[in-house]
Amino acid sequence: MPNILYAGQSYTCEGQSVLDCLTAQGVSIPASCRAGSCQTCLMCAVSGTLPKQSQRGLKPTLVAQHYFKACSCYPETDLEVQLPNTALGKIDAQVVSLDALNNEIIGVRLRPVSPFPYHAGQFINLYQNDSTARCYSLASVPSIDDTLTLHVRRVPNGVVSNWIADQLKVGDTVAISAASGDCFYVAGQPAQNILLVGTGSGLAPLYGIVRDALQQGHQGDIGLYHGSTQIAGLYLVEALRDLAQAHPNFHYIPCISDEVPPADYRHGMVLDVVLKDLPDLKGYRVFLCGNPNMVKAAQQEAFFAGASLRDIFADPF
Amino acid sequence: MSLYEEIGGEAAVNAAVDIFYRKVLKDARINYFFTDVDMVRQAAKQKAFLTMAFGGPHSYTGEDMRKGHAHLVARGLNDSHFDAVMENIAATLTELNVPANLIAQAAAIAESTRNDVLGK
Ligand SMILES: Cc1cc2nc3c(=O)[nH]c(=O)nc-3n(C[C@H](O)[C@H](O)[C@H](O)COP(=O)(O)OP(=O)(O)OC[C@H]3O[C@@H](n4cnc5c(N)ncnc54)[C@H](O)[C@@H]3O)c2cc1C
Ligand code: HEM
Ligand code: FES
Repeated sequence: MPNILYAGQSYTCEGQSVLDCLTAQGVSIPASCRAGSCQTCLMCAVSGTLPKQSQRGLKPTLVAQHYFKACSCYPETDLEVQLPNTALGKIDAQVVSLDALNNEIIGVRLRPVSPFPYHAGQFINLYQNDSTARCYSLASVPSIDDTLTLHVRRVPNGVVSNWIADQLKVGDTVAISAASGDCFYVAGQPAQNILLVGTGSGLAPLYGIVRDALQQGHQGDIGLYHGSTQIAGLYLVEALRDLAQAHPNFHYIPCISDEVPPADYRHGMVLDVVLKDLPDLKGYRVFLCGNPNMVKAAQQEAFFAGASLRDIFADPF
Repeated sequence: MSLYEEIGGEAAVNAAVDIFYRKVLKDARINYFFTDVDMVRQAAKQKAFLTMAFGGPHSYTGEDMRKGHAHLVARGLNDSHFDAVMENIAATLTELNVPANLIAQAAAIAESTRNDVLGK
């Protein structure tokens, strides 16, 4: 049975991930997705051999420095690990504004103290403290907005989202990580059609990606489908309708599944509406964000409808 | 020229990934082995898989194949599933108009991994 040496203590790891092993024994390690996609649980190996899986998707510079994802690391031999240098990649940012976008989602604008390169649609880690962080997607666009914008949904009993909603104040300083993730617009195929599907605060990255694509002169059709059970669950409806007015190749389709909505909304589950409108997705670039069940089903349906695996980007949360 | 180059190299693999994986996901004999796996990450794996089957460059050893499929063997992976995958590979290459003699060579390479994949 491999042992994990952390902060001078040895822990036996019985077929668990390093993250589960340490947290089960009371050690606090930041984590969010627990599935290898967000890099919140980044740790650094001082000695020992890291399984390949634990470094998948990390930047080469991080791999070379023996960084790994604790949630995806099932060690086969003894490992000595530490949390990354606390300063690593963390940047201070000032809270510029906090606005309710609807009754459960808050728009948070942040101004980093130093230059902050990112693509609209990528995500950052926001730290409540050294051992607690969560991922939030960037709804802002570097070439349009002078601050970073997040859309944070208040999750019932959620630690960080409620802290943001109830405790954070304009003028506070928070620590954030550099941006990561591959859910963003890449120029180069201006005529390609783009489909974006989101639920809840899954609109955040999509709102960024759409405006980024339009700003960069994208010519192909861009269809944004935002789903909610009720009209009250949508947000930025007017802003998106205005954007669609201004750009003939951009279509905004708000979808309501429970109540029967007025005529300027569509009735039904967002994925059903998409598949009805766009049965053939061959050649499309597809972005899917929000409810994990929706995202998973949509990945498969988009693929079956003809989209190439390489053209499907997803952030389930 | 190697089989991999004759089939068309990386471009052929890229074209084959979507076709092959759509077949696998629609094949009720084997698709349940793939439902837990994240699709986007699966794309990279399918690419590794097909590169290997086409005789292209890869760094997998027989031992890697054993370890990589051990959790599936524990779930009942057997010869009939392996045969189904072989069928899907051949059908994919046929759809891409690869000549029969090259399909036979690719099939032979995939076949050579049988014992490792099935942990025999
Ligand atoms: C790539 C990525 C991008 C994201 N982008 C966004 C975004 O743009 N906007 C957004 O709003 N969110 C986003 N998220 C989700 C976000 O990171 C958080 O997961 C979310 O805000 C909830 O965090 P929390 O601390 O409030 O809740 P947590 O405290 O983590 O709790 C989450 C849920 O688990 C339950 N729970 C907690 N502890 C326990 C326990 N011990 N036992 C049982 N149940 C428990 C809670 O009740 C709650 O329902 C993203 C996630 C990822 C991975
Ligand atoms: C024909 C010979 C086969 C070859 C050469 C092969 C090759 C591979 C390779 C290279 C990987 C990626 C490993 C990694 O990088 O993680 C993989 C993963 C996988 N294979 Fe195979 N494979 C074969 C047969 C099968 C069969 C018959 C099945 C099931 C019906 C199967 C199911 C899977 C699954 C589900 C994964 C993903 C495992 C996971 O991530 O959980 N394979 N295979
Ligand atoms: S918690 Fe490990 S990568 Fe998200």
